[in-house]
Amino acid sequence: MSDELRYLVNRVVQGKASRRAFLGRAAALGVTGAMANTMLASAVRAAGPQRGGHLMMGLQGGESTNSLDPALALSQVPFHYLLTCGETLVNIAPDGSLDMRLAEEVEPSDGGRTWNFRIRQGVEFHNGKTLTPEDVMRTMERHSDEDSQSGALGIMRGIESMEVDGDMFIVHLDSPNADLPYLMSDYHLVIQPDGGFDDPASGIFTGAYRMVEDEPGSRHVMERFENHWDDTVGHFDSVEMLVINDATARNSALQSGQVHIVNRVEPRTANLLARAPGVTVHSVPGRGHYVFIMHVNTAPFDNADLRMALKYAINREDMVERILFGYGSVGNDMPVNEAYPLFDETIPQREFDLDRAREYYERSGHDGSPIVLRTSDGAFPGAVDAAQLFQETARQAGIPLEIQREPSDGYWSEVWNVEPFCASYWSGRPVQDQMYSTAYTSGADWNDTRFFRDDFDALILEARGELDEARRVELYREAGMMVRDDGGLICPMFNDWVDGTRDEIAGWEDNPNAELMGGFSAIKCWMAS
Amino acid sequence: MVHPVVKLLVQRIALGLLLLFAASILIFAGTQILPGDVAQSVLGQAATEQALENMRRQMGLDRPAYERYFDWLWGALQGDFGRALSNNADIASSIQRRLGNTMFLAGVAAAISVPLAILLGLVAVRFRGRWPDNLISGTTLAAISVPEFLLGYIMMYFVGVQLGWFPTVASVHGGMSFWQKLNAVALPALVLTMVVLAHMMRMTRAAILNVMQSAYIETAELKGLRKLTIIARHAMPNSIAPIVNVVMINLAYLVVGVVVIEVVFVYPGMGQYLVDHVSKRDVPVVQACGLIFATVYIGLNLIADLVSILTNPRLRHPK
Repeated sequence: MSDELRYLVNRVVQGKASRRAFLGRAAALGVTGAMANTMLASAVRAAGPQRGGHLMMGLQGGESTNSLDPALALSQVPFHYLLTCGETLVNIAPDGSLDMRLAEEVEPSDGGRTWNFRIRQGVEFHNGKTLTPEDVMRTMERHSDEDSQSGALGIMRGIESMEVDGDMFIVHLDSPNADLPYLMSDYHLVIQPDGGFDDPASGIFTGAYRMVEDEPGSRHVMERFENHWDDTVGHFDSVEMLVINDATARNSALQSGQVHIVNRVEPRTANLLARAPGVTVHSVPGRGHYVFIMHVNTAPFDNADLRMALKYAINREDMVERILFGYGSVGNDMPVNEAYPLFDETIPQREFDLDRAREYYERSGHDGSPIVLRTSDGAFPGAVDAAQLFQETARQAGIPLEIQREPSDGYWSEVWNVEPFCASYWSGRPVQDQMYSTAYTSGADWNDTRFFRDDFDALILEARGELDEARRVELYREAGMMVRDDGGLICPMFNDWVDGTRDEIAGWEDNPNAELMGGFSAIKCWMAS
Repeated sequence: MVHPVVKLLVQRIALGLLLLFAASILIFAGTQILPGDVAQSVLGQAATEQALENMRRQMGLDRPAYERYFDWLWGALQGDFGRALSNNADIASSIQRRLGNTMFLAGVAAAISVPLAILLGLVAVRFRGRWPDNLISGTTLAAISVPEFLLGYIMMYFVGVQLGWFPTVASVHGGMSFWQKLNAVALPALVLTMVVLAHMMRMTRAAILNVMQSAYIETAELKGLRKLTIIARHAMPNSIAPIVNVVMINLAYLVVGVVVIEVVFVYPGMGQYLVDHVSKRDVPVVQACGLIFATVYIGLNLIADLVSILTNPRLRHPK
C-alpha cells in the first residue's frame, strides 16, 4: 500500500474523511473499487469496533405467531432475536471450539457422564436481577419438561439429573457424552430468570441487547443493554429486525440501503445482487445438505451394488453449479463435512464415474425395471431439476431411473420416510454425534435410510463417550466411511449460507454454524463510518 | 307518517345486522366442523387422552356449542376476542394495530384511486371513442391485467431502487409521524391504486354512457350546455348508484384482499396476520379476523345501498 493510500485509509478510519471520498481518491491513484474496499475493510477491522448506530436487518422466516418464549422458537427470526437478546452457557466459535458465555468454564468428570459448568458471576438480567446457577438449572428443567413443547427437548433427553453446588451447575447423564457442552449452545437454551417458569415470554434475558418493541411477524426493536457483562460485544445503539419474507423485497431493501443485513439471499439472484454497488454477498459453507435417500432394507435398494451404482452415477460438480449456482460444495455420501468439529479431511471424495456405475449396475443383476425416484418442489429448492439431472446421468450409465413428481403439500408426511427412494434435505447439527444419532443409528427417530447396523451403533456410542480427541476423529472417520460406502444416502451437495451486507457493516466473520455469523451478526458487527 | 326513505333505511340497516349475525354463526360453525378441535391443535403430537380432556375442560370445550358461541359473540361485541393459541398474545390488541395499518393503507389508496377513477371515467365519456378515451381504457386495463406482485416488483425496482423516491419496505409503526407513514406506504398505495382503478373507471364510464342515451340529456345538449357540464351535472347524479356499488366492492377489496401486496412490501396489515394464523390452525384468531372482514364487507355494502336509496329522486320525493 502506498503512503498516500495508507494516509487516506487512516483518515476514513478516524472518521475524518468519508468512505465515498476515499473510494474516489483511491480510484484516482489507480486502485480498483473492489481492491480499495478490501483495504478499507481490513483497516477498519484493525482499528477495532466502534460504538453507535442503528442496525437494520431484513430477515426471512418470521410469522405473526412468533413468541418471545424460547421454547416455542422454530424459525429464523426468533433464532436471531433470541441470540441477540439472550445468551446460552456456551457458543460454538467459527473454528469449532467452545466460546464460554454464561459458563466460565466446563469440566467433565466420571468419564464424561457428569459435566460441571462454572456459572459466571456478576451477570445481570435485563430486569436488574443477578444471574444465579439456579436460574440456569430452572431453564434446563423447563426445556426438559415434555409439556413445555420445547424445540430443545430432544437434546435434554439424555440428561438423568441436574444439581447446583455453589456457583457450579452440574449435569448427570445416563451415558457418557463428550459433546454435551456443544449441545448447550442450542439457541432455545438461552437462560431466563427462574428458567422462565413464571413468565416464559417476558423477553427478559442477559444478552447485549434488550427487547424494547416486539411486533411478531413485522418488526422487533432492541436497544443496547448498558449493564451487559461483556463490553467486547454489542456495538450498535439499537438493532431493528424487519420481517421480510419475500426474497425480492429483501434484495431491494438491501440495495436501496433500507436495511444493512439480509439473510437467505437466493442462490439464483446472489450473483446479480453481488454486483450492486455498496453490497457484499457472503457465501459461507455450512452443514445443511440436499440428499436422495434409499431405504437399504427395501428392494431393489437392499442390493449394495445397486446403491453403489447410483452413487457413482450422480454428477455432484454439475449439481453444485446448476442447482446451487455455485453457492455450495460437493457432498460425499455422508451427512457430515469439514464444517463439523472432529471431521477427518483425508476421507477420499467420491467422483462421478459412469464406467464404475455401469460396472456396479451390471454386478447388481437388477432386472432393468424402472427405479422410481420421488421428488417435489418442496423437498429442497431445485429438487425437481436435480432429480432430472440425476436421471440423465444415470441413463448414460444404463440405469433406468424414473422420476415421480409429488405435491409439496404433505410431502413430509406421505413421501419422506415412507417411500423407499426420494429427495430430501437436512439442515445439519452442531456435532457429528447428533447428526448420526438423529438419522443413522438403529434407534434414531428419523432413520430415513433404514440403516440398521449394530457395528455402526457401537461406533457412535463409543465415539460419544470417548474423551480423547484423536481417537474420536478416527472413530468418526470409520463411522462416516460406513455410511458413505454402505448406507442409503446419496448426498450430492452441501448448500452454503448466503447472506448480504452493506459495506458500512464491519466485523463480519464467516461462521459455519448458521446463517448470519451463526446468529451473532448483531452482537459482533459494528457500523463503520 | 314516517317518510318512506327513513323506513327503507331502517329496513336496510336491520337487514345488514341480521346478515352480520348470520355470518358470525357461519364463521363459528365453520371453524367447529374442522377435523380435530382447538385442544388437539394446541397439544399437537403430545396429545394424550388425559391431556386432551384436561385441556378441553380448561378451555370450556366440554360445554355445548351454542353456549360457547354466545360467549364468544358476547366477548367479541365487547372487543374481547380471547388469546391466540400459538403465542398467547391478546388478539384484540394485536388486531387493533394491524387493522389500523390496513385501514391506513386502504384509506390512502382509496383517497387517490376513487376520485381519480371517477375523474378519468368522466373524461373518457367526454372524449368517447377518441384518443383520450382509448388511452385511459388501455392503460388502466393493462395495469389490472398484470399480476399485482409483479406490478409491485416493477414499482419497487424503478421507483424505489433506481430513482430512490420512496422506501421499498413499507414497514410502519407507532413511533412514526403521519407524513413518515405516508412516505412509507407510497409504493404499495400506488400499486393498489393501479390495481383497483380500472374496475371503478370502467363502471363509471359505462354507467354514465348508459344515461347519456336518455332524452333529457338530449334536451340539455339542445339547450347548448357544455359537454362536461352535462356529464357532471345531469348524467352523473343519475348513475351514482352503480358507481357507488363498484367503489364499495373495491374498498372492501382494499381492506380484506391485499395479502400479496402486504408480503411484497412488508406491510404489517391484517392479511399477513390472518394467513400466518391459518397455517398454525389458530382458530380464535381466524374467527376474529373472519368476523372483522365480514363486518367490513357488510358495512361497505350497506353504505352502497343507503347511498343508492338516498340518491334516487323517486324515493326521496314520493308522490
